[in-house]
Amino acid sequence: MRIVSRLLLVLLLATGSIATVGIATAQDEQDDLRFVVVTHGQASDPFWSVVQRGTAQAEQDMGVTVEYQAPDTFDMVEMSQLIDAAVASNPDGLVVSIPDADALSPSIQAAVDAGIPVISINSGSDSAAELGLLTHVGQTEYEAGLGGGQRMGEEGVTNAICLIQEAGNLGLEERCRGFTDGLAESGGTVENLVVDLNNPTEAQQRVEAALTSNPDIDGIMALGPTGAQPALLAIESAGVTDTVKLATFDLSPEVLQGIQDGTVLFAIDQQQYLQGYLPIVLLTLYQRNGNTIANDILMTGPGFVDASNVDQVIELTEAGTR
Amino acid sequence: MAATNADPARGEARQDDRLERTSVFRRILLRPEVGALLGAAALWIYFAIVAGNRGFLSMRGTASYLEVSAQLGILAIAVAMLMISGEFDLSIGSTIGAAGMIIAILSVEYELNLWLAMLVSLAAALAIGFINGVLVRWSRLPSFIITLATLFVIRGLTIALTRLETGRTNVGDVDEAAGYDSAKRIFDSDVAIFGGNFPISIFWWLGLTFVATWVLMRTPFGNWIFGSGGNEQAAHNVGVPVNRVKITLFMTTAAAAWLVAVLQVISTTGADVLRGTQQEFFAIIAVVIGGTLLTGGYGSAIGAAIGALIFGMVRQGIVFAGVDADWFQVFLGGMVLVAVLINRYVRARATRER
Repeated sequence: MRIVSRLLLVLLLATGSIATVGIATAQDEQDDLRFVVVTHGQASDPFWSVVQRGTAQAEQDMGVTVEYQAPDTFDMVEMSQLIDAAVASNPDGLVVSIPDADALSPSIQAAVDAGIPVISINSGSDSAAELGLLTHVGQTEYEAGLGGGQRMGEEGVTNAICLIQEAGNLGLEERCRGFTDGLAESGGTVENLVVDLNNPTEAQQRVEAALTSNPDIDGIMALGPTGAQPALLAIESAGVTDTVKLATFDLSPEVLQGIQDGTVLFAIDQQQYLQGYLPIVLLTLYQRNGNTIANDILMTGPGFVDASNVDQVIELTEAGTR
Repeated sequence: MAATNADPARGEARQDDRLERTSVFRRILLRPEVGALLGAAALWIYFAIVAGNRGFLSMRGTASYLEVSAQLGILAIAVAMLMISGEFDLSIGSTIGAAGMIIAILSVEYELNLWLAMLVSLAAALAIGFINGVLVRWSRLPSFIITLATLFVIRGLTIALTRLETGRTNVGDVDEAAGYDSAKRIFDSDVAIFGGNFPISIFWWLGLTFVATWVLMRTPFGNWIFGSGGNEQAAHNVGVPVNRVKITLFMTTAAAAWLVAVLQVISTTGADVLRGTQQEFFAIIAVVIGGTLLTGGYGSAIGAAIGALIFGMVRQGIVFAGVDADWFQVFLGGMVLVAVLINRYVRARATRER
C-alpha cells in the first residue's frame, strides 16, 4: 500500500515537473494574448522545425504566448482531436495547417463558429476562404509544382519521378499533378513513387530500384528534404549522377550543400519561416488593432534556390531561418 | 501473516484459509484496475489545477478528451480480453486503415449503400482476425510475431490496393453516399447531457466496457478466457476449447478496429491509408496501464477503459496545459513505466497473500 502511494506520488511529480516546463515559459510573457498552432509537421522534420522557429521568434517579437502542437504520426483523426482541444482551451487565435480538408474541416469550423480567428498555413489554400478563415499563408501546391516542372523541362528532363514522402498528403499529390503538367509542356512524362519519410534507408532502396529498373529516367523531383536526401544517395549509389537530375521542394542543409556541389539542380523554396512568423504577427495585429488582410492567400513561395543564390541562403539556413 | 491465523480471542480452531474473509479494502486493492483508477483521479485533479481555467474543465474540453479516450478505449477493451487470454494483436492499427478504406472505396467509388459497405468491411475485418487467430494457433508461434507480420501485410495491401484502385491514398466524399445520414446518427451524432455536447462514440465505449466486463466476470466464456491465459495446458485438460476462445478473441479485436474505422470514416467523411498507425501500441499501453498483465490470465476490461481514459486525458491535457506536443511521448513512456511497476507490485501481493 505504501509503495503504491509512493509510486503515485512519483507519477504526479513526474508529470508535474514536465508540465511546469511549459507553464513557466508561458508565464514569462507579459501580454495575455495566447495563440495555439496545430500543424501536421512532426518535430523530427527539419522543414517544420523552421516553421516552429518562426512562431517562436514571432512570440518573442510580438510579446504573446504561442503553443505549438502536432500529432505523432501523419494521422488526421489525431490532428483533428488536437484542434478540438485547442478550441476548447479558448485561445485568442488559432493557426492550423490543412493537409486533409475533409477530415479537419469540422474541427476548424467549430473554431470559427466559436469566434476564434483562424489562419491556415502551408497546406489548405483551397479551403481557407470556404471555412471563413482570416487568410492562408503559404504556397499554392499546384502552381509550385507547375513551376518546378517547367524549370525541369528547360533543363532537358523528359522522364521524371515525382517522389512522395508522405502517403496521403493531398498537398503533395497536388504538387505532383502540377509537376506532371509543367513537364508535359516540354513533352516530358512523370511517374509517382511513394516512400516513407520515417525510413530513409528503405526510401533510398526504393528510389534505387526505380532507377535501375527504368534506365530512361533522367530526373527526380523530391517533394521535400526527407525525400531528397535518400534520392541523392540512391542516385550516387546507382552511379547515375551524370544522367539523372535531382530537384526538390524545400531546403535543408544537405539540399543546399547538394546545390553548391552541383548534385542538386535547384530547390523550390516556400520560405516556411514566414508561415510560422507571419500568422502570429497577423493574429496579434487582428486582436490589438483590428487589422485584416484582403488577399485570400498570402504567398510565401515558390522561390527558386540554385547555384546563383545558394551561398547567401546557406548562411541563413545555418541560423535556422530558411 | 497475521491474517492467516485464527483470532485467538474468539477461541476458534484454525480455519481453512480458502474460507477466510479478506477485508473489503484489501479485496478492492487487489482488483487490477485500482491503480489505474487512482492514477486517473490524480491526473484529473492535476490537470484541473494547472489547466482548469484554460478549458480542461469545460464541457467542450471534457468532450474532447473523452472522444480520444473513447476511440482508443473501444480498441483497448478488446485487446484486454485478448491479452488476458495470453495473446497480442499488433495488426489492429493496420486493420483500422484497411477497414476504413474498404468502406470509403465501396461507398464512393462503387457507390454502394454505406451500410452495405460497412458490412463488407466488417466481414473483411473478421476475416483478418480469423486468419490471425488460425495462424497463431496452427503455427504455435508467438502471436507477437504473427501479428507483427500481418501489421505490415495489411498496411502494405491497403496502400498498394488503394493506389491501384483510385490512384490516391485518401478517399473523401463519403457523406454523399446513400445511407450516410442514418449512419451519422448512430456513429457521429452528439448527445447533449449536462449542458454539453458529447460525441456518441463515448457511449459506444461505455456500452462495450459493460458488455466486455459482463462476458469476463459472468459467463463461462469469460472463465475460459482467464483459463486460456493463466495456464493453457491446464485449461485444455479441463475441457476449455482454447483454439475457439483465442480465435474468437482475435476476431473481436479486429471487429473493434472496424468499429473505430467506422467512427473515423463517418466523422471525417473519408478514409486515409495511414489511419490507425501506432494505435496497436497505444491500445496495449492503455491495457497495461489498466492493470492487465502481459503474461495473461489476469486483468480487466474496466481497467483497459480507464487506461484509455488516462491516455485521452494526457493526450489532450497537455494541449490545455500549454505544453508543446513534443513532450507527449515522454509523458506516455513515463506513465507506462509507472503502471507496470505498480502492476508488478500488485501481482506480487495478489499471488503471495492468499
